[in-house]
Amino acid sequence: MSGAKTALGWIGATPHRVEDEALLRGRGRFIDDLSPVPGAMHLALVRSPFAHARIRAIDASAAAESPGALAVLTGADLAAVSRPLGAVIRGAAEHYAAAVDVARYAGEPVAVVVAGDRYLAEDAAELVEVDYEPLEAVLDPLVAAEAGHVVSDRSFRYGDPEAALADAALVVRGRYPFGRWTAAPVECFGVIADWDHAADSLTVWANFQGPFTLHTVAAGALGLPAARLRLVTPPDSGGSFGVKAGVFSSIVLAGLTSKICGVPVRWIEDRLEHLAAAGSATHRVTDVEAGFASDGELLALRYDVIEDVGAYLRAPEPATLYRMHGSLTGAYGVSNVAVRNRVVCTNRCPTGLNRGFGGPQLYLALERVMARGAAGLGLDPAEVARRNLVPAESFPYRTPTGALYDSGDYAACLNDALDAADYRGRRQLQAARRAGGEGRHRLGIGLACVVEPSISNMGYISLAETAAERAAGWPKSGNAEGATLAMNPLGGVTVRLSTVPQGQGHRTVAAQVAAQALGLRPADVEVQSEMDTHVNAWTVSSGNYSSRFAGIGAAAVAEAAERLAEKLRCIAGDVLECAPADIELRDGQARVVGQPDRGVSLRRLAGAAHWNPESLPSGLEPGLAVTAFVSAPNLDPPNEADEVASSAAHGFVVDVAAVEVDTVTGAVRVLDYVTVHDAGTLLHPRLVDGQILGSFAHGLGPALLEQTVHDDEGNLLTGSFMDYLCATATEVPPLRILHRCTPSPFTALGAKGLGEGNTMSAPAALANAVGDALGLSDLDLPFTAPRVWERLAAAGEGGDRP
Amino acid sequence: MSSHSEIAVTVNGRRYREAVAERMLLSDFLRQRLGLTGTHVGCEHGVCGSCTVHLDGAAVRSCLLLAVQTDGADVRTVEGLADGERLHPLQEAFREHFALQCGFCTPGILMAAADFLAHNPAPARNEIAEMLAGHLCRCTGYAPIIDAIAAASGSGAE
Amino acid sequence: MKPPPFRYVRPDSVEEALEVLGEHGEEAKVLAGGCSLVPMLNMRLARPEVLVDVNRLEALSGVACDNGSVTIGATVRQAALERSPQLRRELPLAAACTPYIGHFVTRNRGTIGGSLAHADARGELPLALVTLGGSVLAQSQRGQRSIAAEDLFVYHFTSALAHEELLTAVHWPAAGPGWGYGFAETAQRHGDYALAMVACALARRDGAVVEARLGLGAVADRPLLASEAAEVLVGQDLGGPAGDGAVAEAARLAAAAAEPFDDLHASAAYRRRLVAVLGEQVIRAAWESASGTSGSAG
Repeated sequence: MSGAKTALGWIGATPHRVEDEALLRGRGRFIDDLSPVPGAMHLALVRSPFAHARIRAIDASAAAESPGALAVLTGADLAAVSRPLGAVIRGAAEHYAAAVDVARYAGEPVAVVVAGDRYLAEDAAELVEVDYEPLEAVLDPLVAAEAGHVVSDRSFRYGDPEAALADAALVVRGRYPFGRWTAAPVECFGVIADWDHAADSLTVWANFQGPFTLHTVAAGALGLPAARLRLVTPPDSGGSFGVKAGVFSSIVLAGLTSKICGVPVRWIEDRLEHLAAAGSATHRVTDVEAGFASDGELLALRYDVIEDVGAYLRAPEPATLYRMHGSLTGAYGVSNVAVRNRVVCTNRCPTGLNRGFGGPQLYLALERVMARGAAGLGLDPAEVARRNLVPAESFPYRTPTGALYDSGDYAACLNDALDAADYRGRRQLQAARRAGGEGRHRLGIGLACVVEPSISNMGYISLAETAAERAAGWPKSGNAEGATLAMNPLGGVTVRLSTVPQGQGHRTVAAQVAAQALGLRPADVEVQSEMDTHVNAWTVSSGNYSSRFAGIGAAAVAEAAERLAEKLRCIAGDVLECAPADIELRDGQARVVGQPDRGVSLRRLAGAAHWNPESLPSGLEPGLAVTAFVSAPNLDPPNEADEVASSAAHGFVVDVAAVEVDTVTGAVRVLDYVTVHDAGTLLHPRLVDGQILGSFAHGLGPALLEQTVHDDEGNLLTGSFMDYLCATATEVPPLRILHRCTPSPFTALGAKGLGEGNTMSAPAALANAVGDALGLSDLDLPFTAPRVWERLAAAGEGGDRP
Repeated sequence: MSSHSEIAVTVNGRRYREAVAERMLLSDFLRQRLGLTGTHVGCEHGVCGSCTVHLDGAAVRSCLLLAVQTDGADVRTVEGLADGERLHPLQEAFREHFALQCGFCTPGILMAAADFLAHNPAPARNEIAEMLAGHLCRCTGYAPIIDAIAAASGSGAE
Repeated sequence: MKPPPFRYVRPDSVEEALEVLGEHGEEAKVLAGGCSLVPMLNMRLARPEVLVDVNRLEALSGVACDNGSVTIGATVRQAALERSPQLRRELPLAAACTPYIGHFVTRNRGTIGGSLAHADARGELPLALVTLGGSVLAQSQRGQRSIAAEDLFVYHFTSALAHEELLTAVHWPAAGPGWGYGFAETAQRHGDYALAMVACALARRDGAVVEARLGLGAVADRPLLASEAAEVLVGQDLGGPAGDGAVAEAARLAAAAAEPFDDLHASAAYRRRLVAVLGEQVIRAAWESASGTSGSAG
């Protein structure tokens, strides 16, 4: 039966989601469903139609007279009462909530219209006349690097990569561009802002996802002490996948507008705005060299990376580039690595978080050269992978770049995947078909073996600075989370989370974890997922990113629940006249272990604690609310050698993709896709599989279909859902999921994050499969039928141009 | 200023008489005027499917209709899908199959699927997928949704 | 994404509708299913002064079959082509292409007349009507006229309808004995606008093609008839030894007749290539289905 308690209790059980009843009835509470403050005026933004233009003048007179319009504010009006958004490193253009003097990407806010409703606001926005002087736009990362738009250039070296490459029997070189794509959650951004002039403080309701480092950035731009920026998230959010971290700059924009106009304001982003200006993944071009010994041993890796972060270096960028730094060697036991990282600015929308966050780009390059190395040596790619995987007995394993891989059995996962995919059989079939002469349809098999880091080290981003620069500032490290549990006078439990769920089901799992510790049923636990910076227990690292819930968010709940349980055991021990250690909490009772008839109900204990604190054991603090914080271990700041444990936990994913490419039409069909995961302890296996399916679809997008495209002038060509092609039910192939479990020794429950692995692996596995099918080394994503056909035609194959 | 019209419309069995701006979208009318916020707005150009409701029994995009067009019509939204306390079989199946995560696209999919199954009570999986292709879900990868609709259908095909 | 202001008119009769259209000319826009018009309003790409809602006009909602032709009122929903057994039987080509028009939900609302009046060069129904050699009835205060499908589609999003004219009905040649049909399209995703599509209608008698029509969609600024290509098929036994050659030649000529363009999604060369591939597919499907059963491909 669904939801049955397992032998291990509620951890690992699969109860129905507590979120679902309301959502299925249309009773969710998303940002645009809320009216937390009466009389909010609506905003519409005037956005630059040019990728790069000087703003000569803005004439808002007609707009201001438009029916229902209250005010029109220019970027300069906002800048006059604010500071630029703080950046991780210097060098990029100053970034305000709206453009001042120069617009640097098409879609950048230039003016804000305040009106009675959104219809009227859009009417007025059309009447704002902006005199632009178009300037030359830089759109391509390589051009930007050539032209000197480099805001960070750092080189790293670990081991002796030069010598290892010189000794290699084979050096494979490749360039792997990974273009922009975007998360496109079905709900867009929303912000409701209410500036209180009496208190000189701002309350904002927004579907922001964290990290709350960005609360500090927003407060700084608003000129507020952090305590006077109250940020509240709604109970429900319509998906994020990273992009809603970018809401913070709109929080500043709406907050300033409310401040200047003296009214509460509401901005609900529409889809055109979202695709133009919300943010996307970076555009990265990776040049990679991989040196192999003749037996397939990977000897060295050298990366040269150029990362386009868009028009401004918006926090937390350049984090996309450094999130994977500890895992530059992926799943392989190679010790010689060199990398040069250049961050460039272009006249495109600023980038930000996106599921996989740096992983898809890294693994496309790494896994392609692994497959090509095998081909170059005449070896099977699965054998080359096996030859190089970090051995099971090496854990915990320190990578040359500083990560501490916690646990795993990578070879076993690879074997599971190969067996499930009938890898040998497929290879034989492929060989037989090739022996019979290449036909119209070509079979290809692609592997990807990826380490999936979770729970980011808040210090990794400081690798963008040199060790000397870091030494001059404050060190940053770790990743901490808090949770509050309270037992009410009738024995019910409430939990308050700061993990800002975006649909993952945190409330369901938190209830399981709390119920487990307290001997209750999940139904006895009410979990609140709203973040309120004036109420919740939080740190800068709170929020929803780096798949941190299972490893650290749930751990905070477990810790708080354990402390509450300990307190209940103390009270019960006093009542039952035994040592607290002899008390167990089960089925809503505190019982003496081994004496099931000697017990007292938790309800009774709770009542005593609330109503009769005089009865509590001496020395015991009254009250049954516990706030606990936990911090992930081993996450030191980067050291002088630029080594960093960029994440606390490391899952492992092996994908085997089998595809068939129609050389006449270029169509790529996925015949079979197997994924094997080791994410440690699974807290709720059904939710786990849901994360894997979603993550897979998210990675399939940029591999086969999705891309954010601008023309040569910087106009967005994929500005609506007619042209930005999200994968639909007919495009996502079935996914076969298998699990292994080596619990993490570094997280409280043994769980590792797993919401991003397939986004990292799918582009690589599919690129390897298509490359294998066609024997082409340089086919760029996405593999749409027209693009594949063009590439084949260019190679003089199959295309058969009439 | 846009002109206004008075409309009489039945929504989830309740009759409303309202003066609406003629350009007001049905989606905005349902959400902002009637407080029926279960109908979600995800793209306002008819692609994402989140705003799907029933108009005189047929599933339609409420972002592609004007409120004034529903004068005299019968509208059903996701709030009217369950039979009181008892969830609709599709809602039950979605819960059972973990067919939603953030739940934002879910109301539109439920309304479309309810109409779809009325016309095609025992669909094959690929028919469900083709119907579902008119809806964007960025969380689930769609497979659990197909499972749920199949389970709720007469075919129960899994 | 909210529509600009406009005046909404819901006439009670065709005459009243024509009056409003006559009065406002190009400042008026006819609102049928709204699947194309309302997105343009929401994006403020269309800004009519008056919107004339014809959805309640009963005169536009009928279906009549007689003398080998089917007359469908302009506001009959696209879904009717999938669901009505009669229409599926009489109009197998239109029925075959209907599942490719948008999605289940949009076909509930999208109208057949609206899809034709919209004159999207990538539209399935415009291609079907051109391929079958149908026509539409256009009315204005000055009277009514019939416009042949080939003359209706001028270029992308532009029809031969005058501003004051209302498309009231569509005449479709019904499936006759010995006729077979084929339709196929390639799109990036199911329900997207096609990168290319091809429709074929042919009559088969005594083991050979006696009449053939081949239509190309999404590969020009309007649906095209590839007459030269269709001509190659006439007199041929497509199941016989020379059949493969005739089909290939027809497909080659069809590809040559296309006038495709480059865009974000595909090059002109690729679209031309698709015409050849899809052309062979639909000609064969039409030949197979012409042997007695109503047929389709796609």
